[in-house]
Amino acid sequence: MTVTAETGEGPRTRNGARHDESGTGRRVWHPGWVDVCAYDALLPERGAVALVSGVQVALFRMYDGHVHAISNRDPFSGAYVLSRGIVGTRGERPIVASPMHKQAFDLLSGECGDDPAVRVDVFDVRVRAGRVEVYIPRGELAGSGEISEPVTEPGANVGTAPGADVGTEPA
Amino acid sequence: MSDHDAHLDIHVDTHLADHRDDHVADPSAGTAGAGRRRRLVVVGHGMVGQRLVEAIRERDREGRWAVTVLGEEPRPAYDRVALTSYLTGTTADELSLVPDEHDGEGDDDCVVRTGDPVVAIDRSARCVTTASGVVVEYDALVLATGSAPFVPPIPGADLDGCFVYRTIDDLDAIRDRAATARTGAVVGGGLLGLEAANALRSLGLDTHVVEFAPRLMPAQVDAGGGEMLRRRIEQLGLTVHADTATERIEASGSDPHDPSGPGLRMVFSDGAAIEVGMVVFSAGIRARDELARACDLDVGERGGVVVDESCRTSDPHIWAIGECARVDGTIYGLVAPGYDMAEVVADQLLGGAAVFSGADTSTKLKLLGVDVASFGDAHATTPGSLEVVYADPVAGVYKKLVVTDDASTMLGGLLVGDASSFAALRTMVGEPLPDTPEQVLMVGPAPSGLDDAAQVCSCQNVSAGTIRSAIGDDGCCDVASVKACTKAGTVCGSCVPLIKTLLAQSGVETSKALCEHFDLSRAELFDVIRVTGQRTFTEIISSHGQGRGCDICKPAVASILASLGSGHILDGEQAALQDTNDHFLANLQRNGTYSVVPRVPGGELTPEKLIVIGEVARDFGLYMKITGGQRIDMFGARVEQLPAIWRRLVDAGFESGHAYGKALRTVKSCVGSTWCRYGVQDSTSLAIMLELRYRGLRSPHKIKAGVSGCARECAEARSKDFGIIASEQGWNLYVGGNGGFNPRHAQLFASNLDTDELVRLIDRFLMFYIRTADRLQRTSAWLEGLDDEHGDGLAYLHRVIVDDDLGICADLDAAVATHVASYTDEWAAVLEDEEKLSRFVSFVNAPDVPDPSIQFVTERDQIRPAGGTESGSLPEGVLGGVADGVPDGVAGGPGPVPVSGPTLEVVRR
Repeated sequence: MTVTAETGEGPRTRNGARHDESGTGRRVWHPGWVDVCAYDALLPERGAVALVSGVQVALFRMYDGHVHAISNRDPFSGAYVLSRGIVGTRGERPIVASPMHKQAFDLLSGECGDDPAVRVDVFDVRVRAGRVEVYIPRGELAGSGEISEPVTEPGANVGTAPGADVGTEPA
Repeated sequence: MSDHDAHLDIHVDTHLADHRDDHVADPSAGTAGAGRRRRLVVVGHGMVGQRLVEAIRERDREGRWAVTVLGEEPRPAYDRVALTSYLTGTTADELSLVPDEHDGEGDDDCVVRTGDPVVAIDRSARCVTTASGVVVEYDALVLATGSAPFVPPIPGADLDGCFVYRTIDDLDAIRDRAATARTGAVVGGGLLGLEAANALRSLGLDTHVVEFAPRLMPAQVDAGGGEMLRRRIEQLGLTVHADTATERIEASGSDPHDPSGPGLRMVFSDGAAIEVGMVVFSAGIRARDELARACDLDVGERGGVVVDESCRTSDPHIWAIGECARVDGTIYGLVAPGYDMAEVVADQLLGGAAVFSGADTSTKLKLLGVDVASFGDAHATTPGSLEVVYADPVAGVYKKLVVTDDASTMLGGLLVGDASSFAALRTMVGEPLPDTPEQVLMVGPAPSGLDDAAQVCSCQNVSAGTIRSAIGDDGCCDVASVKACTKAGTVCGSCVPLIKTLLAQSGVETSKALCEHFDLSRAELFDVIRVTGQRTFTEIISSHGQGRGCDICKPAVASILASLGSGHILDGEQAALQDTNDHFLANLQRNGTYSVVPRVPGGELTPEKLIVIGEVARDFGLYMKITGGQRIDMFGARVEQLPAIWRRLVDAGFESGHAYGKALRTVKSCVGSTWCRYGVQDSTSLAIMLELRYRGLRSPHKIKAGVSGCARECAEARSKDFGIIASEQGWNLYVGGNGGFNPRHAQLFASNLDTDELVRLIDRFLMFYIRTADRLQRTSAWLEGLDDEHGDGLAYLHRVIVDDDLGICADLDAAVATHVASYTDEWAAVLEDEEKLSRFVSFVNAPDVPDPSIQFVTERDQIRPAGGTESGSLPEGVLGGVADGVPDGVAGGPGPVPVSGPTLEVVRR
């Protein structure tokens, strides 16, 4: 997994992702730490999902206060539902069980405990000033292939739905 | 039947000449070059006859024998040991011992001809003739004609209303008669008599047992055991007349308890008399040896075809097995020796030299919920033998060991009321006692001492060694797999506890621990939570578990808390315990959308409400389907749409249908006597009342119910966890049915109840189930578990929720009353609670943006998930950038073309 943090100083969108207004009707999304929500918006021991640049990131606030972030896509069913799973522990490891067919995914490694050949992407996540931020890397991710190059997008598709200033899609 | 005839053409009407080329020429008739096919004719298609056929077919790889079975009964062999279960829900098909592919069809190796008894044997021509005139030749003839019930020569024993108890047809006749009778008597207090008494009781009759001997089960138990048995059985409401001879039976005007029915008067030799609606004779058996007598085979003085240790009769071409055979002076009325004989004959027919060396006549019965077991020399007939007796009249337990005069060797024993140690004790007969007799009697022997040769299952003759090897070598890890692998425990089931012990000793964990976080079983956890009053997961897991839980224990605790009435299921910490279905109060579907099912009690729906459902489905673009529970399911709702959908439904008077919960789902009903010309009770009103009473009741698994207004059973109540079928006299309650992967018919629990009695029983049944079942255990499996633990699960249930043996009925009643009083609609409560409503969002950072991965196509004018059905997963490309409802992610691929994005036109109020 190659991670390249962009350092450009474009204007911030409402959700914190940086954009370049190039004047061409396109805007460029720069990967990096993205503000997604208030920490208090996450319920203890329950998941939520954030839409970040077309990527669905499942967030879990654990009993001890830690927040984990993995891809929301259940690789077994293909449905975007992992955020709705029950969180818990297997041994010392924090896990979420897919709500679809109960396979458990390690929230630290993304590995599926029931089928080691399967894993989901794990995102870095941090809490700053009461806000949850997710690190969206640039480049290919190993697991579900959700993210390829985070990119540009025809302006026509941007921001047509309330709060949807995240309007990118995979190239 | 025509198939039979066609096959029989091969066999019939040929004479001794070598017509066998017919068989060899038949390309399907076994291995070429196997030599001439010999003809085996089996007379009688009962359990033993079938066992012989199975043994031959299993071992006769070269197809040496063509088998013809000629049976008297109109149906192929069935499980006569389990006959009584036919009256409590088991169907004739379920009792059948013949796999479907052989049922009625036959094949070239085996022809089964039912309903056509053999009427003559011509030993010189080596052929038999059936009632319909078919002549079948044999090279070997096996008589497996079984026995007939013994009807004592009492005047009036042939009156209308007198029955015997042996076949499914007998039971049909008994059931018909019982429908118009309130009381019944069984003549015979032995093993079979008590079985028949159990049957009459299960049909709702006041039941008398009349036994000539001074005690019940005289062949198996001694005076002390008989007395204990009598007490236990009388506690169940039966009347026992021991030491009583029936002098005559007369027709009397009527059954005094039901003047509409015809009646009989039984007059005893002491002059006393009882009035009953029906009489069942079950006073022993007589071998069916008439065919053997007619062709001059040796028969015993007291009946039975005399055979030698190889089960051969006085004619070397003829064998006899099972209850019609007298071997070494004994007729065995048990299935296990019959099976042994079948194996012996099969072995000989295939060139072996097996012999029948006597049988273990140990018996264990669970009659009327009372365990009775005897083994070895139970009557202490061995000279000098000693009896060690333990009797506890309060608990109704009587145990006796018979040992040699120096108390060194076990000879036999008797157990009444608690036969849990039977399987282990029986294997010790003839062995040195491992401990003092008292110790062995009270504690039972340690099964680790079981020799590999010790017979664990006497019905199927399976040794401890065979079971150990099934566990060790074949990887069997539970009772079910051991049963499947070895057949042990598949007939009477009395050795199941011993199988469990052997499993445990082999290191197979049979832990009931809920999961890695709780060592307690669900039932134990339920009690702990109930008694401690702890109502948060944090409290519960920190005091009774470890870690922070998982997807197993969290929903289990959530369900327990809900069953105990702990407020809204999404209140506080409870919310985090819920499965996604309960968390969003809707049913997750394969593409991440949810379905919505409003409650339609009893399936009764006004046009106005039906229109509302239609309008909601139309306005939100949902797929609609009628469910099996007489309501309507709307599919394809996204999380953020659920509150708006429910706003409309709640405003129109609907409430949650709990289709998403492990809870009461529906009470299905027919229209009943209100409309139906056959209905005898108002099933719809009852169903609505029950559905409203138990709505929202959380349980270990889903609960379904049904109410039928007459015996035609249009509501399919017997496929439900609890089902009610109307009779002229009231309601009949059935429990423990389900559809699904392993369908089960519910069993009759109580008859002719009025509505109050019915509701009280259902209250207690449900609450007892909720408190004691395992997680995700349906009522049928729970009842099976009670069978394993207590002998007869239904009888145990009866003791708990009718007789109140555990003293918990008041508590169960109160728990249901609390539930009924505190019920509120979960969805209405969510709509009034901003905090709960705030969870119904698609994305935490974009609450109103529809999930772009959700795509639909249309099929038959309704939506369905795009891609999902065919591939089993959603295409990965479909996930972003469709915010304006113009999907483009999948347009290029093959397959259905999406016609709607996630933002279907929505009409909001």
